Amino acid sequence: MSSATANKLRVVVIGNGMVGHRLLTTLADLGAMDSLDVTVLGEETRPAYDRVALSSVFDGKNPAGLSMVEDGFFERHGIVCHLGDPVTSIDRTKRTVTSVGGLVINYDRLVLATGSAPFVPPMEGSDGPGCFVYRTLDDLDAIARAAADPAVQRGTVIGGGLLGLEAANALRNLGLETDVVEFAPRLMPVQLDDGGGRALRRHIEALGVGVHLERRTLSVESDGARPMALTFDGHDPLATDLVVFSAGIRPRDQLARDAGLEVGERGGVLTDATLLTSDPAVYAIGECAAVDGRTYGLVAPGYQMARVVASRLAAAATGTECEDVFEASDMSTKLKLLGVAVASVGDVNPPPGVDPGVRHPLIWDDPSTGVYQRLDVDDEGRVVAAVLVGDATQYGEILATFRSGEAVPAPGELLRPTATANPAEGISPSMPVCSCENVAAGAVLDAVATGCSTVGEIKTCTAAGTGCGGCLPVVEQVLRFGLEARGETVSSALCAHFDHSRAELFEIIRIRGLRSFAEVLAEHGTERSAATIAGAGCEICKPAVASILASLGGGHILEGDQASLQDTNDHFLANLQKDGTYSVVPRIPGGEITPEKLMVIGQVAIDFGLYTKITGGQRIDLFGARVEQLPLIWRRLVDAGFESGHAYGKSLRTVKSCVGETWCRYGVADSTAMAILLEERYRGLRAPHKIKLAVSGCARECAEAQSKDVGVIATERGWNLWVGGNGGMRPRHAELLAEDLDDETLVRYIDRFLMYYVRTADRLQRTASWVESLDGGLDHVKAVVIADSLGVADALEEMMEAHVATYECEWKATIDDPQRAARFVSFVNAPDEPDPTIVFVRERDQIRPARPDERPSPDPMEVMS
Amino acid sequence: MTFLLDPPATSVAVCPVDDLVDDRGVCALVSDRHVAVFRLSGTRELVAVDNVDPFSGASVLSRGLVGSTRRDGAWVTYVASPLRKQRFDLRTGVCLDDPNVALDLFEVTVDHGMVMVQEV
Repeated sequence: MSSATANKLRVVVIGNGMVGHRLLTTLADLGAMDSLDVTVLGEETRPAYDRVALSSVFDGKNPAGLSMVEDGFFERHGIVCHLGDPVTSIDRTKRTVTSVGGLVINYDRLVLATGSAPFVPPMEGSDGPGCFVYRTLDDLDAIARAAADPAVQRGTVIGGGLLGLEAANALRNLGLETDVVEFAPRLMPVQLDDGGGRALRRHIEALGVGVHLERRTLSVESDGARPMALTFDGHDPLATDLVVFSAGIRPRDQLARDAGLEVGERGGVLTDATLLTSDPAVYAIGECAAVDGRTYGLVAPGYQMARVVASRLAAAATGTECEDVFEASDMSTKLKLLGVAVASVGDVNPPPGVDPGVRHPLIWDDPSTGVYQRLDVDDEGRVVAAVLVGDATQYGEILATFRSGEAVPAPGELLRPTATANPAEGISPSMPVCSCENVAAGAVLDAVATGCSTVGEIKTCTAAGTGCGGCLPVVEQVLRFGLEARGETVSSALCAHFDHSRAELFEIIRIRGLRSFAEVLAEHGTERSAATIAGAGCEICKPAVASILASLGGGHILEGDQASLQDTNDHFLANLQKDGTYSVVPRIPGGEITPEKLMVIGQVAIDFGLYTKITGGQRIDLFGARVEQLPLIWRRLVDAGFESGHAYGKSLRTVKSCVGETWCRYGVADSTAMAILLEERYRGLRAPHKIKLAVSGCARECAEAQSKDVGVIATERGWNLWVGGNGGMRPRHAELLAEDLDDETLVRYIDRFLMYYVRTADRLQRTASWVESLDGGLDHVKAVVIADSLGVADALEEMMEAHVATYECEWKATIDDPQRAARFVSFVNAPDEPDPTIVFVRERDQIRPARPDERPSPDPMEVMS
Repeated sequence: MTFLLDPPATSVAVCPVDDLVDDRGVCALVSDRHVAVFRLSGTRELVAVDNVDPFSGASVLSRGLVGSTRRDGAWVTYVASPLRKQRFDLRTGVCLDDPNVALDLFEVTVDHGMVMVQEV
């Protein structure tokens, strides 16, 4: 490859941000890399990452997960890459660029993708310690480090635009009390109108973020170590310990200015629609470019520019013509800010000097739901602009109508905040799905026609949803529509034995009062002759029905035919390990345990030769118990006051907690007592999957409640309730359901949330994906749990009360019943005989299962005990 | 233990047939073999297979769930290993998920209310 470089077109790209990198991937996709000699120089040391998703780093998303560069991408395409070595000058006569590190590189074509820089308004103290901008991962690191100081409690963002609100989200996720200061009279002054700004403000204030409008910041007052307050023109000062400036961006055009390239009136490297600058060998793309004088601060138009230049470079390398030009992009956008859906179509605020024409605004403004929607139409009924806050589900349809330029007979129909029209009734192939990747519904439907049947496959095939990810629900809707149109309905049937989903079966069993699997199968199974089939049912429907019967108060889980439905873990009330032994986990509510009880666990482990390990849920796991030892172990544990920990069940596991105000210098409530109360309330509750809770005594969140199905965090004013979090395989940050609750309301909301989940979720669906799967997501959960929109709150609470009233320790009930206890044998015809296949060796002073090469082969009866 | 010390017998007593729960296995020690014995719901027939899961070497198959699936138009009744869920046809011993693997089958009868498994 290198021998031919002399004949190749030498392309130098300055900048490896989202747009600069998109240029490279598009060149690779076009197959142009072989005829190009590409060098990339970047100021940041990291290769391109998803700047749009920056605040998600504090949601627990790994910074590496933001990377947009596939492993080995540069090497595979022969791209020479100098990151952390910014260009200092361009010599257009010699066609060279020079870097800080002293590199001098020749080019035939140069592409400027230098992006933009945050604008810090001139004011006293803005460059002191504790003042930050919000643009790069390094900025984010610096903010996180500063926020980790316990003395830093309050953070303020100067700038209430799109990026400012993103920054506010980041501060909030860092646990700071957060304020936003905006110079204009509304939030997001460019994209929203006053009504939209008001609605957004209400949403954001409800999250506990302070909003201060029409404030011109005069200075950052500091004590020398960190900021103390902001002062304003004509308003009281605002106390703060940290300041983030996000008052707009400025194109980074200094290199171009120094090189004598023309710049736009309001900055930016001036280009025409071909993205060529005043020098025909130099292109500019992304936020540094001023196309016909206009700059674009969004990623979608930047990507479009990258595509145009990639096509032009590919054509130049092969000596062909290229007619591609950048078409002035409208700034329509849809995003989630602090969890609030916000969208804008067209220019709702026409720039000064532009005749807005005749506009008839249709406005839906509902303070009860916080939904604000405005649609501007002209005399002919053509959509010219729209603002959506709180509910942006109609964005795609409105945008398609706007772009088509066609009149709508009944434009008011486009605003149906509560109707959430069934999208399957009509998806136009031209409907935009993904604005980052410019994918329309037609491309997704084509992909379905070629065999894609999952969102993952659609992402691979069309790139839709691979940018900011905000469109994934739409992608899924279009996918469903496509599959249904092809007769490939996404089935919700439980298994071959039942056509119903788990939620449907739950309601059937509940309403009909069925009490056994045989009844359920006989009356609702797919095969009416089920009773004559040997072993009717399967490992999917049996535990699912067993779980439903248990949730509905079916008595002991080994009663009647339920005994044959339980997975081995539930059947032996312990967790099966790889060698056929079980582990035992006694409940330790809230993780609080007396020294005396600790010693009981220790003595039991010694007496039965068990391996002990502390679990992630603040309790102790005892491994290596043989089936026949389980009742003996539990007799000891029950006598010492322990109960089943249900570590084996799809049920409540633990309620993790910190020590709270009792001991901690920062705690504001007794988190341990609340954790114990919740654990003792929900213990034994059978559910579609396991449930984990946590309670933190302050915003420092030591109990990690925001990664739990239900997380409770103490504030000065009560409890904040978070739901739908998850760790494990697919981590998800919990979402805030309600704030500042008293004890009673907190428990009532958790009762309703958990029981609604138990009744309606799919088999083996955790709360995280259940919340996501609900139409409306968290908003739907809020409506049901808080506003009782379905009128089921009383019923849910009654079901939970019934659970609490009938709870009994399964292990105590098992060992107290000789018949049940008799099942715990390795060999039914030799009950005293241990299983000789179980062999342990010692490691780090404890037992572990022997590996195959460690087993004593000649005499399998030799057992270590 | 007495069962093991009996003089050579063709069958070993397992347990009273009324102690069995349909579709829930028990494990019996037959000479030095571990045998999983099931009584199936629906037909109430008795079946007996090797209790040792060939995929893991653990003696656990009697603790698996019994299920049925349609294969070539007929119902096949199987036990799913509680460890990694591989399914074994309870009448042929063949693994439904890997036909190269099969369990040994054992003769099982009822004599005066007692489940008996024949030694091999």
